[in-house]
Amino acid sequence: MYAQMVKTDAARIKGLDEMDPQERVFQQRIDTGQKIEPKEWMPEAYRKTLIRQISQHAHSEIVGQLPEGNWITRAPTLERKAILLAKVQDEAGHGLYLYCAAETLGISRDQMYEQLHSGKAKYSSIFNYPTLSWADIGAIGWLVDGAAIMNQVPLQRCSYGPYARAMVRICKEESFHQRQGFDILAKMVRGTPAQKEMVQDALDRWWWPSLMMFGPSDDASVHSAQSMAWKIKQNSNDELRQKFVDQTVPQAEYLGLTVPDPDLKWNEEKGGYDFGEPDWSEFFEVIAGNGPCNAERLGARRKAWGDGTWFRDGLTAHAEKVAARRAKSVAAE
Amino acid sequence: MSSEWPLWEVFIRGQHGLNHRHVGSLHAPDAEMAINNARDVYTRRNEGVSIWVVRSSDIVASAPSEKGPLFEPSNSKVYRHPTFFDIPDEVGHM
Amino acid sequence: MGSATVTDTTVDRAVLFEFLLRMGDSTLVLGHRLSEWCGHAPALEEDIALANTALDFIGQTQLWLSLASEVEGKGRSADDLAYLRDARDFRNLLLTERPNGDFGKTLMRQFLFDAWHHLCLGALLGSSDARVAAIAEKASKEVAYHIERSRDLVVRLGDGTAESHARMQEALDDLWPYTGEMFVNEASDVALVAAGVAPPASLKAEWDALVAETLSEATLKKPAEGHMHKGGKRGIHTEHLGYVLAELQFLQRAYPGAPW
Repeated sequence: MYAQMVKTDAARIKGLDEMDPQERVFQQRIDTGQKIEPKEWMPEAYRKTLIRQISQHAHSEIVGQLPEGNWITRAPTLERKAILLAKVQDEAGHGLYLYCAAETLGISRDQMYEQLHSGKAKYSSIFNYPTLSWADIGAIGWLVDGAAIMNQVPLQRCSYGPYARAMVRICKEESFHQRQGFDILAKMVRGTPAQKEMVQDALDRWWWPSLMMFGPSDDASVHSAQSMAWKIKQNSNDELRQKFVDQTVPQAEYLGLTVPDPDLKWNEEKGGYDFGEPDWSEFFEVIAGNGPCNAERLGARRKAWGDGTWFRDGLTAHAEKVAARRAKSVAAE
Repeated sequence: MSSEWPLWEVFIRGQHGLNHRHVGSLHAPDAEMAINNARDVYTRRNEGVSIWVVRSSDIVASAPSEKGPLFEPSNSKVYRHPTFFDIPDEVGHM
Repeated sequence: MGSATVTDTTVDRAVLFEFLLRMGDSTLVLGHRLSEWCGHAPALEEDIALANTALDFIGQTQLWLSLASEVEGKGRSADDLAYLRDARDFRNLLLTERPNGDFGKTLMRQFLFDAWHHLCLGALLGSSDARVAAIAEKASKEVAYHIERSRDLVVRLGDGTAESHARMQEALDDLWPYTGEMFVNEASDVALVAAGVAPPASLKAEWDALVAETLSEATLKKPAEGHMHKGGKRGIHTEHLGYVLAELQFLQRAYPGAPW
């Protein structure tokens, strides 16, 4: 997902009776569906885990601007150009909301950037794949945003107030993102044979990385169990992946496309699709920094930040000058 | 390392004449730029007609531990809520 | 569109078409340049703000080029005009096709353009062509904010650190020779100005005043009036436009007639 394999520092899940009174009250509040707000007492591990998860989510939005941004200047019509630009701009906005939510936990945005730029913080594996044709822009909207929504909708109910509220705003704004992607593809598959081929090629390349977005099975993961106990994660990775496949396969059929999975078939008994296992070795390579675009994505972010230092400093200096002038003129009165 | 732009809290009054409502935060070097940035960040969908910004560090908040004493008394004043009063149907809308 | 027909009888369609291309091509090319920044700006807030400006320009392009298409009456849509003309047929100001450079240069280019654009649209509010006046009305609201923002940033960065000052001065000196073109009347303008459709070249005095006042506040030195490049209005561009169009038009050119 946008936040993949977030560590919690937990060795195992504590029972209520093993907790000290403060922690027990905290856990009971979560269990009864109350929101935790900034500056309220929280276990250090909860705070750290949230910072990891929210900042990873924020970094994914910011790095996620790049693959789609790659096609803004080549969008095929004025309307498509405006829609894509608005969408990528929304992603910057979502990154901003999320950084702000993380800032309420006692970390600054610049610190989070530093963690991203140094490679210490992760972002979603999906954004390390290249956008090679216009159909990829459709595929990202349809598959990648589609997968993200699966995760983000339940996060609106997560236990940490600022994160939940940011997700409400994000989900509201994102409602058009998946549709615009599907719309691009729907138009193309009804176009020329070359366009239809482009769409199939995009699905072939984006299908498996999209399934990997949910992360490896975490049914046995103590981190995942801890995150669920804290209500900062609501569903298991496999649950979400199944839901995604069930929702997406009929849409692919509607578009007249072939999902590139020979093992894909409807399972009447479970009322869902059976499907093949993604190549997890590829996933771990990408996470380790060896995806097709890791170096370029991180390089672009570092460059934007480094090239912008003089700009940010210039504005700070001006604001300080003006404040000093005002103070002086007040003192002179 | 250069110093970071301070954080601002953004309040927006929407089209419908309701009070300014907290919508989120952002970074800006000073108040004037915070207003401009708020317009660009938080009114992309025509959400607002008036913007307030306040430096986050200037916000004075009630301490979480006071949550009980501060808010519970008003919880008991249920008569402040319109649903407390049972108006007979024949009276019509009130 | 009752009043529009008045224009059709008093102004040559071809001349009006040229004028509409100038407006639409300038917003198209500058919007394209700004959109190149998306994802790469020096702060998230700026990334979002610049995208808003770029979106305004794409919207304005659609309005100007749709009207151009209507006036031309040859069945070429706004998209056809944007995606299927070559550089020689583009009428944008040379200033708009200057490469982005650093963020300061992008902002300086924006300010110099906005100052003109704002005045130009203000004059067009009184255009004798109701369709032109209607577009100007919508666009001028957006551009009033553009100039407020770009002017503010030029002042702040000019009067910021030594480095930001030096970068803004360099940007100004570099872009200055491309500003004169905004105030040159081509032969074709005369008829439009006479008919009250296009703004007179006399916007220069107001532009000079606005720019001088801003640069002084920004502690920047206004370059001497020297040689000014021109040619955009006649389709004689810099080498940069060809690359803008190669990118912009790639899909339409590579897959002729395909629906998107």
